[in-house]
Amino acid sequence: MATTAPTARTALPPVVRGLRRGVQRVREVPLLAVMILAALVVVAVFAELLAPHDPTLPVRGARYFAPPFWMAGGSLETPLGTDFQGRDVLSRLIFGARVSLLVGLMGTLVAGSLGTAMGILSGYLGGWVDQVIMRLTDAWLALPSLVFAIFLATMVGPSMWNIIIILGLVYWTRYARVIRGEVLSLREREFVKLAEIAGASKLRVIRRHILPNVLNTTMVLASLTIGVVIIAEASLSFLGVGVPPPQPAWGLMLSEARPTLMAGQWWLTVFPGVCILLVVLATQLFGDWLRVRLDPQLRNL
Amino acid sequence: MAPLLHVSDLRTYFFTFGGTRVVKAVDGVSFTLEAGETLGLVGESGCGKTTTCLSLVGLLPPAARIVGGSIRFAGEELTGKSPRELRRLRGRRIAMILQDPMASLNPLLTIARQVGEPAHFHLRLRGRPLRERVLGLLRAVRIPSPEVRCREYPHQMSGGMRQRIVGAIALAAEPQLIIADEPTTNLDVTIQAQYLNLLKEIQQQTGVALIFVTHNLGIVAKMCDKVAVMYAGKIVEQSPVRELFNAPQHPYTRALLGAMPKLGRREPLYAIPGQPPNLADPPSGCAFHPRCPEVIPRCVSESPEEVVAGNGHTARCWLVQPDVEVSRGRPSA
Amino acid sequence: MAVPLLDVQDLRKYFPVRRGLLRRGHSWIKAVDGVTFAIGAGETLGLIGESGCGKTTTAKLILLQETPTAGSIRFEGQDVAGLRGPALLAYRRAVQVVFQDPYSSLSPRMRVGDIIAEPLEIQTNLSRQAIRARVQEVLELVGLQPEMARLFPHEFSGGQRQRIAIARALAANARLLVLDEPVSALDVSIRAQIINQLEHLQQTLGVSYLFIGHDLATVAHISHRIAVMYLGQIVESADSDALCTRPQHPYTRALFAAALPDHPDDTREALVITGEVPSALNPPSGCRFHPRCPYATSRCAEEAPPLKFIDTHHQVACHLF
Repeated sequence: MATTAPTARTALPPVVRGLRRGVQRVREVPLLAVMILAALVVVAVFAELLAPHDPTLPVRGARYFAPPFWMAGGSLETPLGTDFQGRDVLSRLIFGARVSLLVGLMGTLVAGSLGTAMGILSGYLGGWVDQVIMRLTDAWLALPSLVFAIFLATMVGPSMWNIIIILGLVYWTRYARVIRGEVLSLREREFVKLAEIAGASKLRVIRRHILPNVLNTTMVLASLTIGVVIIAEASLSFLGVGVPPPQPAWGLMLSEARPTLMAGQWWLTVFPGVCILLVVLATQLFGDWLRVRLDPQLRNL
Repeated sequence: MAPLLHVSDLRTYFFTFGGTRVVKAVDGVSFTLEAGETLGLVGESGCGKTTTCLSLVGLLPPAARIVGGSIRFAGEELTGKSPRELRRLRGRRIAMILQDPMASLNPLLTIARQVGEPAHFHLRLRGRPLRERVLGLLRAVRIPSPEVRCREYPHQMSGGMRQRIVGAIALAAEPQLIIADEPTTNLDVTIQAQYLNLLKEIQQQTGVALIFVTHNLGIVAKMCDKVAVMYAGKIVEQSPVRELFNAPQHPYTRALLGAMPKLGRREPLYAIPGQPPNLADPPSGCAFHPRCPEVIPRCVSESPEEVVAGNGHTARCWLVQPDVEVSRGRPSA
Repeated sequence: MAVPLLDVQDLRKYFPVRRGLLRRGHSWIKAVDGVTFAIGAGETLGLIGESGCGKTTTAKLILLQETPTAGSIRFEGQDVAGLRGPALLAYRRAVQVVFQDPYSSLSPRMRVGDIIAEPLEIQTNLSRQAIRARVQEVLELVGLQPEMARLFPHEFSGGQRQRIAIARALAANARLLVLDEPVSALDVSIRAQIINQLEHLQQTLGVSYLFIGHDLATVAHISHRIAVMYLGQIVESADSDALCTRPQHPYTRALFAAALPDHPDDTREALVITGEVPSALNPPSGCRFHPRCPYATSRCAEEAPPLKFIDTHHQVACHLF
């Protein structure tokens, strides 16, 4: 570093400088978070190839409650042990990753699009539309979200797609609130006024000027909500109103392990628990980094 | 007698990206200021005028460092002083007035508390004398009915009044030098005139020295005794105010004067072509050469040294003829 | 006399202010209170005044950002209040605006070319190629390179951004530009560039300007005629040169007295008025300037002076005349 003088550095061709900046940017990425998330995606996508057994059926010839392989009585056939039906814990974790990822992403997508749309309408149109939407979010926020989700889930019955819709419906309000605030300040910005003065329709202003400028915020919020949604899915499954058995979901695995927790079969709860912890941690770290990256005020420093 | 403030060859650089990029925000600035004098520091945004002032009071952002030169204030060297020593100096002997009065005032404290703070901290005034001092200061900056106003909060004041409160805070501990960084940019024309007249009056009464940072040559013409024109971190011309307006030496100064619309005379404006330079990547030689109408080949390769062009008048330009008599070392008036 | 391009008659805009717990009682902020002026083709009218004098509200009314409480705005003889559909679009096309802050007036997520093309897309049915060609044409017109259409606003300096804003305003052949403090946020050297550019554009295109500002020297430099506003009303209007050499209204004279000198030896009339602009919520009775006016008489507090001609092109609203 010390060998090259600063003056020489500024004289470098722009391509090299751009590359340097690129490298610098990559260095700032939270490596742990990206690694965990990448692993999760790979596992979820290639679950069929990676899982040693069918997650819904007992492993032929395996014991019930077999411990992980390094413990007495464990076997490499079922490296993380088996559950009360003799199903392979590792395979269930691998397929559970798919459920968690899918529910997390799709639930966030539903919540994000609904909330962003409501926030934009509320903030840009103002007047009674704003009043209605904001009172609705107030009422929504007053409901305890998990209880509300359980209520909805028992109404429509458990299925993965229902859970996605339900979690979207539960978590859209925070987007609406934040995006509305953003839109209120955007609306006063001069480029929006210029578009209106040029005769642009409301739809055009929203599409060309408002939406592109709130997408950053939506992305940041989304990255921070994914973890919350995954936990909510796990909670619902744990309570028996989420993903229905025998489908493998992490929350469901915890739920099924609960009766035998005291009997010393710790692997049935610890492994799915650790998976949830790591994924949520990773999404939060990533979301934090994204916020700093995309927030123009922080970025310009 | 030594001048009140003597800055010589001050260099303040910004180190960003872990020291891989150096921005020479202030690059060899020298000037002196006597007690009771007013210096105008003129330049466009990014020319280093604000960084120069922040260097004087030790309020530089973390990325910036004074890398050379000296600042002697009333015979004391300021560079190399600890932050603690500088804090004692700030407010007590050097005060600052910033551009945005709303940002300089704490919205949760009464006017009396904020005006009284420096007097409390530096002059150790308490109780009744402190209150008297606050009321006196508010009267000095023409706040009507100060007994009532001093119990109010900043948001209850108009813009002009807030800026006068900031002025009162600056005066509170009887400083010897006030640095005013564009104090009137947010004020209306008539309010600006009131404020500038007030500052002048206070200066006559207290003998405080003023440094006026501005991009407006009109303010310089109204307020200052001396002017230093900054461009790309250097003072390109420095002179007593009349001489600068009558016989500007540096092409940049001439261009700035020509770019200023003048009331009652509709002359075409001289528009300086191009943009102010990016200090992270300054032009070679004289930094003004890409925009200079009188550029000669030498300007591109060599940075001009300071040339004495008259009594107290210096310029950094290859085209300026040195005033032989003055530069032989006859003491300036 | 020929019909002026823009004819504003007795324009008023009152904003209601609700008061009290039940929001029953209300009073009015009279932001614009009876403003009359006209702008001819190829002419620049300077609108000058301190903050809160109603100059920005006047601009908003002309740009149809607000609806007037009373009075009329006529463009080429046609009242703009009832315009709908294509006629409205035609007016929007003819009257464009450049704002003060070049950082806020360009959308950060759009390319410069798309920003300039926007009015064309809305107001005309030109083909993509024709729009692209026009964008390049106006970029050159304001002294930028046509290739710059591909860049984003953050790659430009303040002065260049202001040029882009002007290019956009001119893209669909506007006839009147409302310039709301267009150079106040710029550096001195860049200010002169933009002012010269605006003057040049007016000479080549014959476009009219409504130049709003608070800096007397700048407004006087660019304007043919100047109207001085105080608390929602025009107190004096005259040809630029006449106003600069013979300001009549005490407020105008105070503005000139407060203007910064352009040489240390310049002496200004010692007419520094005290106090600040009162709130438009409860404007003073009679002549609104009377509480600050050094020449005020008892009549000024009771009776509002009408705007009267003291010369062919010089109007003053003051009892002294």
